[in-house]
Amino acid sequence: MAANGAPTTITQGSRTRGGVGESTLRPDGTLKVTGEFAYSSDMWHEDMLWGQILRSTVAHAEIVSIDTGEALATPGVYAVMTYDDLPTDVRTYGLEIQDTPVLAHGRVRHHGEPVAIVAADHPETARRAAAKIKVEYRELPVITDEASATAPDAVLVHENRDDHHIGHVPHPNIVHRQPILRGDADAAAARADVIVKGEYYFGMQDQAFLGPESGLAVPAEDGGVDLYIATQWLHSDLRQIAPVLGLPEDKVRMTLSGVGGAFGGREDLSMQIHACLLAIRTGKPVKIVYNRFESFFGHVHRHPARLSYEHGATRDGKLTHLRCRIVLDGGAYASASPAVVGNASSLAVGPYVVEDVDIEALALYSNNPPCGAMRGFGAVQACFAYEAQMDKVAKELGMDPVEFRRINAMEQGTLMPTGQPVDSPAPVAELLRRVKAMPMPPERQWESSEGADVRQLPGGLSNTTHGEGVVRGVGYAVGIKNVGFSEGFDDYSTAKVRMEVVGGVPVATVHTAMAEVGQGGVTVHAQIARTELGVTQVTINPADTRVGSAGSTSASRQTYVTGGAVKNACELVREKVLEIGRRKFGSYHPAWATAELLLEGGKVVTDGGEVLTDLADVLEDEAVEVEEEWRHRPTEAFDLRTGQGNGHVQYSFAAHRAVVEVDTELGLVKVVELACAQDVGKALNPLSVVGQIQGGTTQGLGIAIMEEIVVDPKTAKVRNPSFTDYLLPTILDTPTIPVDVLELADDHAPYGLRGIGEAPTLSSTPAVLAAIRNATGLTLDRTPVRPEHLTGTA
Amino acid sequence: MRVNFTVNGRPQEADDVWEGESLLYVLRERMGLPGSKNACEQGECGSCTVRLDGVPVCSCLVAAGQAEGREVVTVEGLAEFAEDRAKDRAKDRAEGCATGACGSRGSGGSGAGASLDEARRRQAKGTDSQTGEGIELAPIQQAFIDAGAVQCGFCTPGLLVAADEMLERTPNPTDADIREALSGNLCRCTGYEKIMDAVRLAAARQSEEV
Amino acid sequence: MDFLRPASWEEALAAKAEHPTAVPIAGGTDVMVEINFDHRRPEYLMDLGRIADLTEWEVGADSVRLGASVPYSRIMEHLRAELPGLALASHTVASPQIRNRGGVGGNLGTASPAGDAHPALLAAGAEVEAESVRGTRRIPIDAFYTGVKRNALEPDELIRAVHVRRAEGPQQFSKVGTRNAMVIAVCAFGLALHPGTRTVRTGIGSAAPTPIRATAAEEFLNAALEEGGFWDNGRVVTPSAAKQFADLCAAACNPIDDVRGTADYRRHAVGVMARRTLTWTWESYRGARHTTEGAA
Repeated sequence: MAANGAPTTITQGSRTRGGVGESTLRPDGTLKVTGEFAYSSDMWHEDMLWGQILRSTVAHAEIVSIDTGEALATPGVYAVMTYDDLPTDVRTYGLEIQDTPVLAHGRVRHHGEPVAIVAADHPETARRAAAKIKVEYRELPVITDEASATAPDAVLVHENRDDHHIGHVPHPNIVHRQPILRGDADAAAARADVIVKGEYYFGMQDQAFLGPESGLAVPAEDGGVDLYIATQWLHSDLRQIAPVLGLPEDKVRMTLSGVGGAFGGREDLSMQIHACLLAIRTGKPVKIVYNRFESFFGHVHRHPARLSYEHGATRDGKLTHLRCRIVLDGGAYASASPAVVGNASSLAVGPYVVEDVDIEALALYSNNPPCGAMRGFGAVQACFAYEAQMDKVAKELGMDPVEFRRINAMEQGTLMPTGQPVDSPAPVAELLRRVKAMPMPPERQWESSEGADVRQLPGGLSNTTHGEGVVRGVGYAVGIKNVGFSEGFDDYSTAKVRMEVVGGVPVATVHTAMAEVGQGGVTVHAQIARTELGVTQVTINPADTRVGSAGSTSASRQTYVTGGAVKNACELVREKVLEIGRRKFGSYHPAWATAELLLEGGKVVTDGGEVLTDLADVLEDEAVEVEEEWRHRPTEAFDLRTGQGNGHVQYSFAAHRAVVEVDTELGLVKVVELACAQDVGKALNPLSVVGQIQGGTTQGLGIAIMEEIVVDPKTAKVRNPSFTDYLLPTILDTPTIPVDVLELADDHAPYGLRGIGEAPTLSSTPAVLAAIRNATGLTLDRTPVRPEHLTGTA
Repeated sequence: MRVNFTVNGRPQEADDVWEGESLLYVLRERMGLPGSKNACEQGECGSCTVRLDGVPVCSCLVAAGQAEGREVVTVEGLAEFAEDRAKDRAKDRAEGCATGACGSRGSGGSGAGASLDEARRRQAKGTDSQTGEGIELAPIQQAFIDAGAVQCGFCTPGLLVAADEMLERTPNPTDADIREALSGNLCRCTGYEKIMDAVRLAAARQSEEV
Repeated sequence: MDFLRPASWEEALAAKAEHPTAVPIAGGTDVMVEINFDHRRPEYLMDLGRIADLTEWEVGADSVRLGASVPYSRIMEHLRAELPGLALASHTVASPQIRNRGGVGGNLGTASPAGDAHPALLAAGAEVEAESVRGTRRIPIDAFYTGVKRNALEPDELIRAVHVRRAEGPQQFSKVGTRNAMVIAVCAFGLALHPGTRTVRTGIGSAAPTPIRATAAEEFLNAALEEGGFWDNGRVVTPSAAKQFADLCAAACNPIDDVRGTADYRRHAVGVMARRTLTWTWESYRGARHTTEGAA
């Protein structure tokens, strides 16, 4: 049933059924297809109240007064809280910089900032009460771009900053700035035969996970609170929530409920603290569910960016240098901006060998919506620009764009502009070769015996063309993404693994705090346990804060890091099991002492395959349990002046070929095919790997031609907070996505795997843009590209 | 106000319904049927798709009061609905109705029919508390699992209801037919390829059975 | 909020007379969005879903009487021959789920310039059957749209049906959106050839405060076709005439810049759609003529 003969290179096989390398099915699949799987918005508790948030209607203003009297007097309302009602002196939170107010204090810095919260017995009662809260604003001028942020008279978005970036930024309205300097860009530029410059704009993208922010807080008798929540990192939430509530961390017990997608949008807190505050205040369970409108204000977005690039190259196609400047708009609060700057700068050159670079990336504070983590952050914006540049330089040189990329492609051993050697496979040229070698989709595939099938043409069901004006284009792109948390972050995970015999059958139980957000981590954990412990039955316990941190489900890191932690814990359990075995049976067979022993198919076997005994006989009624932290190799910070340093753990590479058809008169685009080749190191679950690649590819397609949060530059207000006007690709916008999976092991990583979730989101966008340029001959220096940009009517 | 309607073959009643509540809210918050999802509440994502008197609709755009006296099938009742349909079709075939049109349930048919006893028997089947193994599934549900069409799963219930209805109407769909029929259901995780695989798989299995 | 459930059309009219602020709800595809997003809290919500008559249609000799709540999916399926333009427009409405619920009455009641049915109704020629306890009247479609999201209905009136002229020639409908399905019109264009009267009619959506006809373009084309004897000789419309027609359609627009598109783009796109739909309909007319002649 492969999609239209899509080539999918995968390896299969492991000695215990359902182990690493097999396409085992999701353990939560049945619950998800029957509607039984409990997402955070499905939580229900007897006697529960509904929370509602009142948000600012302006982007930047002083709060002159807040009058909650009428709201509080509304029948059915149990509590109304503002900044003044917060229980402790800790009234802000944040991932790295605690600059985000739990509720606005004296000032709002962006459209939709939480000002007050209400708990009532019905959502409509809560909404009506929130509407009765009278907030008087005195509007302030809005900071919306670099010029207004750094103007001499610019209002400071945050006064009295004391975070650890303030010392090295050129202006207090800049969150963080990272230069990367290596070689001599000026001297190298002098050697160049061609110099190609480009100014690019990358629009603000929304994660648009389908499950809105939601959760249920239940007050406990011990004064604590139980929180059922959809998040990407339970322990990071906990660290931010507990101090605001004035509770020790062990009294804020968090359990992961079903997560309806994340893509970075759940790294920051949304309604967590608000629900807990209302629950503790009212003594009743409180549920909060954002609707889609609120969701657009309830989480950070992908940073919009302005990127200035200058490349040089010699006639023989060698890149000489890169000068570039990337200005990211972080919006009103810091969120993940510093890390986004780190990625954008350190990956600004792309997967190419360029020895002389002068790179600068920075993130602004502004009154635009806060921006932070989204799949591939920093690297996505840079890839859009450097891949546009690669096509431009190739054109200037009269070279084939793929050949030009091949000449400059990095490989294992290449030094990054940060001075860090790439010490595992970097098959950039090979991925391009593979994606180019895939068969092309047939021409005029929309023609049928009954005439044109509009569903396969630009415009689709809207019946705008029957072939008129339609031109095909092909484009290529390749990208590089770092895997895991970088720049010296202590990026660990914890796994607890238990093994025991239940009803004569050995069973492994895996308990981590890993947020399963849809990526399939739970599937992979069970596979790892089967492979390492030789069992068939694995129970995956719900993720909660009763076990140590698993780190974030982001940065393509969970299979690597929590997968690594599970593997490590399993190995420790195995050692203990074998220890018991040696104690009990060592004297019966010399292999116990001499051979390397494995657990397979519920038995202890030698590496030669000889069965020594059943696991059930080893364990009897004993249970073996290990909880252990696991770390990948450490990284270091980038030098703040030069950007030098071994800042990244691992790199991930993907390449795309896009085939598009453009209605050149109406500026409408149909993506016909988006082929992808990606190196995954080792596909622990090939079915999930392909699913991740296809999903990431489609999000990249969305950025290319339709997705953008539009912010009014005069008011800094969001103009399209709905699925009516923020458009996601439908199944009719999404082409076939053949995937070619390459498995070149990274010897530093568990099973040789490579984090895979983000790389496909990078190269998809520039490949589509390149294909549209190829079809239209237009320059196209922004994304998304909309019909008006293709028809000269912007 | 009070609202009465039939859900998955069983009569249901909800009291103290606010007049502005949607059918989706009543199903999720008052009837303990949260399978239909609340992703956009503006008819743009299809996650809340249910069958109302047999017709796929966005339950977020049906006022609760409009469902009065009607028959609703949600993802929770899809397996039973599909099984009853299969039985009806088998019966029709046995009785010599080639088209299937003479049965009790066409595309506009009712979602009712299963007796309470029958339902209880099905519910009494043993299930694995974690994986749900052992639960009877509709062919489209099984195909979604088998094809890897489920990631976060939030779009899945709506897609299943829509895809099941499409296969009921169009047993041998082309790819373009599938895409058109599912164009009202957004998925943010999968890029739709595995969803296409799942629907093709369900269609193939369905035609093997006939 | 009160929920009114009239069991018959007469009850609905009486309720509307008693509560002129009552908001009728049928498919719910506009009203429920406004309620879910807290944009509207009507005092009375009046469900028209129990009035079977509203989901029925009758095909007459010259026109189709289309009940206000006939779902778009039914129009697509059953009225393709009689109302080809409206059937095409129906197929572009939102999603299959929405097409199963929404009907023309809702489009007319909301009177948004982006409503997909409007250009098709304007091009085909139609009358809105409005009724109150005071009586029934038929409002010509050209007089129905009175402003941005405003129409000619009196507060006590309800839309019972729309009478759409039966197609006697080819009709087309095109709509631009930035997605290949499930999209609100950035702009839309409807065109109908009326060989009986040797006229063409147009309809433009989302490119002016109300749905409009491009009357100057129609007049130009009517004259050009007449002068050249095109209706009789079935010749290809000259590129210059098609261009002039397209330019006049674009000139009829009075669009705005908004989050869905620029005014310039809308004008441009209406011109392109006008030219293409003219080609499609005229080719179809010529083909039909040819076939008829061949048969004769």
